[in-house]
Amino acid sequence: MRLNEVGIFLFFVSCALVNNFIFSRFLGNCPYLGVSNKLSTATGMGIAVTFVMGLSSLFAYIVYTYVLVPLDLKYLDTISFILIIAALVQFVEMFMRKSLPALYSALGIYLPLITTNCAVLGVTLVNMKEGYNLIESVLSGVFGALGFLLAIVLMAGIRERLELSDIPESFKGFPICLIIAGMMSLAFFGFQGLVK
Amino acid sequence: MPKRDNLRSVFLNGVLTENPIFRLVLGTCPAIAVTTSTMNGIGMGLAATFVLLGSNVVISMLRNFIPSKVRIPAFIVVICTFVTIIQLLMQAYVPSLYDALGIFLPLIVVNCIILARAEAFASKNGVFASAVDALGMGLGFTLALIVIGGAREILGAGTFLGFNLLGAGFEPVLLMILPPGGFIVYGLSLGIINAIANRRSKRAITGKEGVQA
Repeated sequence: MRLNEVGIFLFFVSCALVNNFIFSRFLGNCPYLGVSNKLSTATGMGIAVTFVMGLSSLFAYIVYTYVLVPLDLKYLDTISFILIIAALVQFVEMFMRKSLPALYSALGIYLPLITTNCAVLGVTLVNMKEGYNLIESVLSGVFGALGFLLAIVLMAGIRERLELSDIPESFKGFPICLIIAGMMSLAFFGFQGLVK
Repeated sequence: MPKRDNLRSVFLNGVLTENPIFRLVLGTCPAIAVTTSTMNGIGMGLAATFVLLGSNVVISMLRNFIPSKVRIPAFIVVICTFVTIIQLLMQAYVPSLYDALGIFLPLIVVNCIILARAEAFASKNGVFASAVDALGMGLGFTLALIVIGGAREILGAGTFLGFNLLGAGFEPVLLMILPPGGFIVYGLSLGIINAIANRRSKRAITGKEGVQA
C-alpha cells in the first residue's frame, strides 16, 4: 500500500481500520485490555500512544535509513528501535513535565507504560518491512495509533456498560473482554473490502 | 543455594500457579497472533523460552552490577540481544517457521512476561533459581500456546499438527483461524480455566471447614 497510489484517505482507511493494530495485527493488546476500564483513562492512553507512535516512526526511519543501512548493520534494527522508543518516551515525559504540565498530569502514568506497548515497536518494524518512505512511515504511525485510539475508546465504552450486566462469575474481567474483542474484530472485518 | 523443594515450587509456579497466559494474562499479543496452528504456537513458545532463559541467567549474573535507576533499559538490551540471536538462528535453520512468526519474533523484546520475570525474579535471585524460573515460565507459556493453537487448528482446519483429525465430513469453521477466532478461543479458555480454579478453591475451603467441624 503506497501513499501516492491510493491517496491519503484510503491510506488512512488501510492503516486505521483494515489493518487495525488491535483487531488484525494483534499488537498492543496489553494496554488494550489493561486500561480500558474507564473511558477517560482509555482516551488518555490512546492520545499518548498516538503521540509516541508518530514520533518513533519518524526517528526509527531516520536511524534505519541513514545509520543502519549505510553501515550494513541491519540486524541491529530491533535493538536500536527499542532504544529509540525508550529514549523518546523518556524525553517526551521530561518535555511535557516542563512545558505542558496540564497534558502531563493527564497522561502522566501512561507514558512510561508505552515503552512496552508492542504496537509502538510493531509499527516501526512494519514500516521497515513495507519499505515506507519518511512521510508514509509517519502517517502509518499516526493513523495506526488513531485506529488503536478508536478500538480502546470503543472497548472502554462497552466495558462501562458491562459493569452493570450479569456475567457468569468465572467470565468476569479478562475472559469477557476477550470475547467482546473477538466480536469487535469480526465487525472490523467488514472494512476488509474497502482497500485491496 | 535454594533447596530442592523450593526449586520445584519455583518451576511449578510458572507452569501452573502463575501461568503467564492463563493466570497473569501477560504476553497476550503473541498468544492470539501466532496460534493459528499448533506448530506455530510451539515455535513461538520455544523461542520465547530461549530468550527468557538467556535473559534471566544473564540478568541474574549482573544483578549486583546494574544500577537500579537504569535497570529497565539494561534489561531491555540484554533481552534484545537474545532476541536477535534467536532471530538469526531461526532464519538460518527453520526459515519456514521464521516466516510464519514474522514480526512477532522481534516483538518478543516487548513481551511483558520476559521483562516481568527479569524485574520480579532474576534481579533478586541466584543464577540457578532464575534459570529454573525461566524454564517454568517458558514451559507454561508454551503449553498455553499449544492449548489455544490446538483448539483453533482443530476447529478451524480439522487438523492437529498437520494430521487430519476429524475426517472429510467435517466442515472447518474458518472463523477460528481468522483474527476474531483468536480472541474468542482465548477468552473462552480463560473463562473455563477460571471456572475450574474457582471450583477447586471452593472445594478446598469446604474441605477445610469439614475438618474443623
